Amino acid sequence: MPAGATPPGTPPTPARAVATRHVVAATDEIPPGGRKLVAIGGRDILVFNLAGEFFAIANRCPHNGGSLCAGRTTGLVQSSEPGRYHYSRQGEIIRCPWHNWEFDIRTGRSVIDPRRIKVRAFPAEVASGAALQAETFPVQVEGEYVVVEA
Amino acid sequence: MPPAPPPAFPLPRPLALPPGAIDCDLHPTVPDMRALLPHLEPLWRDTAVERGIDAIESNAYPPGAPITARADWRGADGRAATTLAALQSQALDRWNVATGILNPLFGVQLVFNEDMAAAFARALNDWTRAEWLDRDPRLRASIVVPMHNPEHAVEEIERCAPDRRFVQVLLLCMGETPLGRRHWWPVYAAAIRHGLPVGIHAGSAYRHPVTSVGWPSWYLEDYAAQSQGFQSQLASLVTEGAFAKFPDLRVVLLESGVTWLPGFLWRFGKFWKGVRSEVPWVDRHPAEIVRHHVRLTVQPLDAPEGPGTDPDTVRRALDHLRSDAMLLWASDYPHWQFDGDDIVPAGIPADLLRRIAVDNPRATYPRLDPASSLLGRPTGTDAPPAGTHAAPAPPPHQASIPGSPAHGAALPGATIQGARP
Amino acid sequence: MNVVSPIQARAGVLGPDAGIAILDCDIHPRARSLADFRPYMTERWWNYLQTYGLRARHGFNKGYVFPKAQPLACRVDSWPAEGGPGSDLDLLRAQCLDECNIAHGILNPLGIGQGDQNNGLSAAMAFAVNEWQVEAFCRPEPRLRASVVVPYEDGAASAAEIRRRAGDPNFAHVLLMSRTAEPLGNPRYWPIYEAAEEAGLPIGIHVFGYSGWALTNGGWPSFYIEEMTEHATSCQALVVSMIVEGVFERFPKLKVVMIESGLGWIPALGWRLDKHWKHLKAEVPHLTRAPSEYLKEHFWVSTQPMEEPEAASHLLDVMEWLGQDRILFATDYPHWDFDDPRTALPATLTAAQRRAILGGNARAVYGFL
Repeated sequence: MPAGATPPGTPPTPARAVATRHVVAATDEIPPGGRKLVAIGGRDILVFNLAGEFFAIANRCPHNGGSLCAGRTTGLVQSSEPGRYHYSRQGEIIRCPWHNWEFDIRTGRSVIDPRRIKVRAFPAEVASGAALQAETFPVQVEGEYVVVEA
Repeated sequence: MPPAPPPAFPLPRPLALPPGAIDCDLHPTVPDMRALLPHLEPLWRDTAVERGIDAIESNAYPPGAPITARADWRGADGRAATTLAALQSQALDRWNVATGILNPLFGVQLVFNEDMAAAFARALNDWTRAEWLDRDPRLRASIVVPMHNPEHAVEEIERCAPDRRFVQVLLLCMGETPLGRRHWWPVYAAAIRHGLPVGIHAGSAYRHPVTSVGWPSWYLEDYAAQSQGFQSQLASLVTEGAFAKFPDLRVVLLESGVTWLPGFLWRFGKFWKGVRSEVPWVDRHPAEIVRHHVRLTVQPLDAPEGPGTDPDTVRRALDHLRSDAMLLWASDYPHWQFDGDDIVPAGIPADLLRRIAVDNPRATYPRLDPASSLLGRPTGTDAPPAGTHAAPAPPPHQASIPGSPAHGAALPGATIQGARP
Repeated sequence: MNVVSPIQARAGVLGPDAGIAILDCDIHPRARSLADFRPYMTERWWNYLQTYGLRARHGFNKGYVFPKAQPLACRVDSWPAEGGPGSDLDLLRAQCLDECNIAHGILNPLGIGQGDQNNGLSAAMAFAVNEWQVEAFCRPEPRLRASVVVPYEDGAASAAEIRRRAGDPNFAHVLLMSRTAEPLGNPRYWPIYEAAEEAGLPIGIHVFGYSGWALTNGGWPSFYIEEMTEHATSCQALVVSMIVEGVFERFPKLKVVMIESGLGWIPALGWRLDKHWKHLKAEVPHLTRAPSEYLKEHFWVSTQPMEEPEAASHLLDVMEWLGQDRILFATDYPHWDFDDPRTALPATLTAAQRRAILGGNARAVYGFL
């Protein structure tokens, strides 16, 4: 089955008792502001670089299944009162390319209903090639890599 | 000529009103301009006479149109609700209405000269006070404001509000600019300052065609289009942020129909999820905002009625509102919404009736029952609630109100406890 | 670890809808540029178009009255390498027809001069757009059908264009916009209905267009979200107008498909009309039945944008009141509020209901295949 061919409506993969660490990219492969879509265990996961910090969220919009990878990033628009716009966190919100829903790249939570509507977020970190090689990952010892736990 | 007396043997009442019932939409009819002359200031009184302004009659309710007045309520002149006696015998006494709210529809909003419109509005409100409020303690009324210029509207609110028998500010559902637009906000600030909900009644100032696709041919289309106007006004009030700016703003839709509301909110909410950053002050689902701030009268309900109607359809349609606090009972007298004494729209369950006829109106209109205001306003006072930005201005025209009861004097009518000492 | 492409190919993954020949009644094609229309235009109108552009009944010669949520109101992932969304047949095939398993799709070209201030230009554009749809889309892709685009503010010219296309199997319906200069029941539009009925073509009314009047009956709103919600109010007005003016008494075989209007408002509108017609029927003696009966008999509605009530069961109530057989599926590809047939419909519909909405109902209306 090709990666990304999860049928819509397929129930999410049940949480595993032990999440596995996956090396998904060399850090220089995803520049700041960049993103990369990877498939881990049948799940499409979208990895972002926000000014040197890496975050990973599920790629599928919980609304109608749009691929977030094709969406634009934007900032967070908030308001303390009508006519006042507070624009912050530029580049940290991903919009679904279809219906424009906004998700916080750091947490996967939606802007419209952060408590109930979210895409799953996965722990992501940067690890050195040396450390990863010690864990038997086939990587270059001098490199730095993005690791996603999923 | 006095109206026809009610029949000696009242018709059976399908669903009787609970004690203390409040009728939220009654329409006293201004017979013609002569009735207003005594209440007009000299300049405008002479203007009306000299320029032959003998009527301001709105196309929203052509006098002869069947909906404008039920046939058996019309007097010899063809008009209905032109006298207190008619209102009493045909509505208040007949249905045991404890409190009735008058919403005059005389077309002051149609006038283009804003100073003239303001003068007619003042005369209309003084007429309401003298001819109706002063003569039946069960009656309350809305302050008709000229929505040409917010300054005039605010002045009229300030002038009338000290008389606590005025319980609401009355606007029409179609004006020159949508009601959420921020230039109208001083009007809402003034209403809140005085604990007055803002009533929006069917009708138009006819600044625009009654549909967004031009003028229709038939009155039936005009009447049907009213519910479109209400949808647009709710969209405007929410998206412009009127409810965000004024957490205490309470809006009552009068003669709006009801069943259109859920479908409107579904569409509105769906788009909000995608484009809410355009209006970031709308920080909740629009349906939540509307449920909190908006009330609707139940005549017309615009649910299926008549033989063959499955009562379950009405129940389900009402269920789509997801609230039993939103509806207010109204007869819409003398408009023809029902026959005989079918004063409660078919399908409204009996257990809901007490809520919509007593509890909900009291919670909506602080001046009817301040203790149960849902908006958390301080009761029995015109002081602004904590958190609002505007300081109360002294009522500029207080001393000049002809026929006004002394401010704060005990009001007739035992149901009102909100007068200031 | 696999790196996958951003646009996922899911063709063939249909779950419960496998075997349904889906009919999509709202796909928006786009010209690569106005030059695509040139072969079908006279010098006179081509030069006019070059000089003055299209002038809709509002102030923007270029730009939008209400800027869209996304460029051209299109899915961000729908832009081909060259040209705008909907202009590349291969991408349209891949993202819409193949991806969503669409057996037949109806093209509804928008914004190409239908309600232009100049009726002559509008008629010239309509002719050109109709030729272009067939040559650029229908001939190379047999799953696609065209709309008869008409200069609807000119009834006679519209009727002529409809008669020109009558009998051509490439055309599925006559396309009108919801925002017209007068309500669509007005007799000035009746030549359109006469020609459509004669040609056996349904009338598709797609939301949008510019009437020249304020966007609400209480004046101009401020925001795009209001423009979107107000499509439903403009449709309510036109449905009322068509019924109350007696269009269906005069053209009893006329079928009207409301496209992108939403459906949540329809039952309540019928109830409202019936209630007040009861008291006003003497005004409209040309109506021989309750208004809701015309609504039930002559109107169909497309799904997209599917309403999203807070309680899902409420949508099923509305679908029941409306009549399950009146609902036709639409994607609205490539617009941003696109509906995917696999996720847009309420999950609790029965298999038979899904089948009807996705294809069967539309086939009954359009009669092809």
